[in-house]
Amino acid sequence: MPTKKKNESAVATQSATSGNGKSNPDLDRELLRSMLLQRRFEERCAEAYALGKIGGFCHLYIGQEAVSTGTLSILRPDDYVITTYRDHGQALARGMSPRNVMAELFGRADGVVRGKGGSMHLFDRNVNFLGGHGIVGAHVPLGTGVGFAIKYRGGDQVCICFMGESVVNTGAFHEALNMAGLWKLPVVYVIENNRYGMGTALERASAIHDIYERGASYNMPRAQCDGQDVFAVRTAMQEAVDRARRDQIPTLIEVRTYRFMGHSMSDAVSGTYRTKAELDEYMKRDPIMLLRMHMQENGELTDEELQRLDAEIKAIVQDAWDFADKSPEPPLEALYEDVYVDTTSDSESQPVPAD
Amino acid sequence: MPVVTYRDALNQALREEMQRDDRVFLMGEEVGVYQGAYKVSKGLLQEFGEMRVVDTPITELGFAGVGVGAAMVGLRPIIEFMTWNFGVLALDQVLNSAAKMLYMSGGQYNVPIVFRGPNGAALQLSAQHSQAFESWLAHIPGLKVVTPGTPYDAKGLLKSAIRDDNPVCFLEGEMLYNTKGEVPAEEYVIPLGVADLKREGDHASIITNGKMALVAMQAADQLAKDGVRVDVVDLRTVRPMDYEAIRASVEKTNRAVVLEEGWEIAGIGAQVVDFIQRECFDHLDAPVIRVHQADVPMPYAKNLERAAKPDAAKTIAAVKKVMYAE
Repeated sequence: MPTKKKNESAVATQSATSGNGKSNPDLDRELLRSMLLQRRFEERCAEAYALGKIGGFCHLYIGQEAVSTGTLSILRPDDYVITTYRDHGQALARGMSPRNVMAELFGRADGVVRGKGGSMHLFDRNVNFLGGHGIVGAHVPLGTGVGFAIKYRGGDQVCICFMGESVVNTGAFHEALNMAGLWKLPVVYVIENNRYGMGTALERASAIHDIYERGASYNMPRAQCDGQDVFAVRTAMQEAVDRARRDQIPTLIEVRTYRFMGHSMSDAVSGTYRTKAELDEYMKRDPIMLLRMHMQENGELTDEELQRLDAEIKAIVQDAWDFADKSPEPPLEALYEDVYVDTTSDSESQPVPAD
Repeated sequence: MPVVTYRDALNQALREEMQRDDRVFLMGEEVGVYQGAYKVSKGLLQEFGEMRVVDTPITELGFAGVGVGAAMVGLRPIIEFMTWNFGVLALDQVLNSAAKMLYMSGGQYNVPIVFRGPNGAALQLSAQHSQAFESWLAHIPGLKVVTPGTPYDAKGLLKSAIRDDNPVCFLEGEMLYNTKGEVPAEEYVIPLGVADLKREGDHASIITNGKMALVAMQAADQLAKDGVRVDVVDLRTVRPMDYEAIRASVEKTNRAVVLEEGWEIAGIGAQVVDFIQRECFDHLDAPVIRVHQADVPMPYAKNLERAAKPDAAKTIAAVKKVMYAE
């Protein structure tokens, strides 16, 4: 039985403040930059939403940035990422252009999906970012399918499939993980347990509360880690990604995190389902603050450098805003474009792509 | 020309397309070791191995999604539903994932996938196993919906469906698998979206699709004995629909009956009649009449099932009615 359960407490000791053994200032700076970009970008999203520049549903990721950054920082460019509708942070952490992401949120022609998808459906073929999916659970079989394709063509890529903890109660999750465990597919299922599926607490939705234990049903290695600590996320992901790449074995990782904003822009930050006191308690473990403290304690970051970095990132986000604001609305002829592709597979013998 | 069954025609199409393109694989329940619940995939596991002929757990939503994910990154899955009645469990993947992916990704990710399996009623399988789903699926932009009625059409259309770069729902007829017809030994494909005039006549048009093409032909044979000559327009593909074939026939005969296997409300026939009244109004000599399943779940008892199903007698009555020949 290939199951290798990660010791929970062993992971938990990998805290940002104690470090991960050896200091790597350049890496730490990259991680901080990635997380700060997501934070500043989404703060402006909230502002743009209030101004009516962003419409529809808009789910912010603030508070969970260590999960996206920690996970995606160890991927190769040719690996795949698929996720839910709470996708801005992961899109930016995967390297999508802030300009084109913001333009998408503004519903403009220069958006990453040309104004067809909005906040919930960010896709970018250039970085193998397979969306932004809006039906809870439905993208999990797709992630399994990507793993199947990798195995089919004998590749060594990995597919990261992000989801919230409420997904684990869907049939699609069960069906998808069963096949991945059965067929040994190179997929890492990353459950961002932010405690609430919309307004329903995990304890009110799932019969078991240590979600990673669900992996036992699928004979799948599983782990739980601290999602506010980017180093803990990286450690857990590194092991899982290596296992997927090397041995084509899937892993289920429960990342314990917390969202600092409401479920979407239409509900209050704390709301009826959680208390302000709870929120305040979790905000003491802001992932960006924890990383910054770690870097400052290790002498990797001065106050001046931090201010400079923050200013630089704010400028990037302002540039994204300005770009999006100036981008034209999609042309009306785009309405009927991309419903069908106008092509067929017409070559006689097709090689299996090995990208 | 060789005469083969509908089942073997489909088998030939699968085999030829898998030989032609290494990216094509077949996935579903009992497609491999069992050789297919209806033996459509007979011999394929032996020829192509278990990576390309994949037996799944009973998990329609899951393996339909696996197909969509694999298609997004370059493979060309054929997803078999043991019947489209079970395919209902996977509808979320068909209509929310496969059909919308190209659009909501701004043209970046197309999904070259075929969802296929038997559709419609067989004999005495009662309510949950006897449904025709083409109108449900045809409602969705982004899908193509194909309903072959003969072995020749089944092979040529399946080959086109597999080569198509869009998601295609391919609805076979459980009662058709044993039917026989001429199928050329040499390679051919039939383009999607092109109807076939299966019988020529000038008194009235029967416009139909799928298994009902056979019913229409039976009706046409009977009518011919009474000197009534009908066009039988087999749409073959219901999305995209070959409106020009409908127009050409109705403008010639001035009378139309629309025959479909499914229910009346929001059915395929509703779409056909909408086109005829808009585009052929001045050519009509009688209201268009529809023949379809009774508006009830399919019953089990033989006599009730017969009463519920559209058949040749009901079609003949409808033709006589549009000819004011009752």
